[in-house]
Amino acid sequence: MSDEPVISEELQNMLNVEYGPEVYEIEKGMVKKFAEAVDDPNPAWQEAAPPTFPAALVPTGLLHRLFNAKTPLTRLLNGASELEYFHPIRVGDVISVTAKLTRLRQMEGKEGPTLFMFTEVIYTNQRGEVAVKGKNTYIKY
Amino acid sequence: MAEQVFYEDIEAGSEVPALVKYPTTMQLVKYAGASGDYYQIHYDKDFALASGLPGVIVHGWLALSFLGQMLTDWLGEGGTLVKLNGSYRGMNLVHEDLICNGKVTKKYVEDGKNCARVEIWAENPQGEKTVTGSAVVTLPSRG
Repeated sequence: MSDEPVISEELQNMLNVEYGPEVYEIEKGMVKKFAEAVDDPNPAWQEAAPPTFPAALVPTGLLHRLFNAKTPLTRLLNGASELEYFHPIRVGDVISVTAKLTRLRQMEGKEGPTLFMFTEVIYTNQRGEVAVKGKNTYIKY
Repeated sequence: MAEQVFYEDIEAGSEVPALVKYPTTMQLVKYAGASGDYYQIHYDKDFALASGLPGVIVHGWLALSFLGQMLTDWLGEGGTLVKLNGSYRGMNLVHEDLICNGKVTKKYVEDGKNCARVEIWAENPQGEKTVTGSAVVTLPSRG
């Protein structure tokens, strides 16, 4: 294990910075492909997005920085996900995705230092309504 | 489609009908494509083993998707999913049953809506809970 800090300055500097918006046009084929991938045949998903569809509206600006930030920890796992729904995401919507890193926490795990990275993502539709709020915890170890 | 479930039909302890899925490597590849999550632990066995994992593991989001399906199948057209969360506590491997369960922990009326809180979890064939979480739903009333 190197002497590099687990929580680098690069990561610290990302805290509470808003990344985005990244804009996703919700096409019928995209929703269909997602519903097929999660193997959910519910006919409702021909027009509306299934519950975990926001996972496909990736805040790449934040995540690329987060996952590529220099740290001695190389392995990554998804720790937890949370979604709160305010308005359904439907085919034809245009969703703007903004995201931030809200907290960093270092712990000693079974396999050495473990870093928890807490993120929040807001999915806003073309009417300016918050459609979904998401939280995700990523683990580096 | 199953019959619509109503608020009057449930109470604390009511079970959500279980859903059993059997994710394959092919499904994980499809999920990677649909979600944009191409992390190799989810389809490249050599990479997964070199990362210290027991094999190709199911995306946490995909396991949560199955729990979401269990809930929306149960809610039918009349109910809505308000909140969904899951913590990924263990690993589901491909080519194994992934069993989704749910149980109502509380029912209550809030802002005129008939709500329920549901404890949800996924298990592997060894009976270990690999995802634990909860959901908030609304249900239609018979009244």
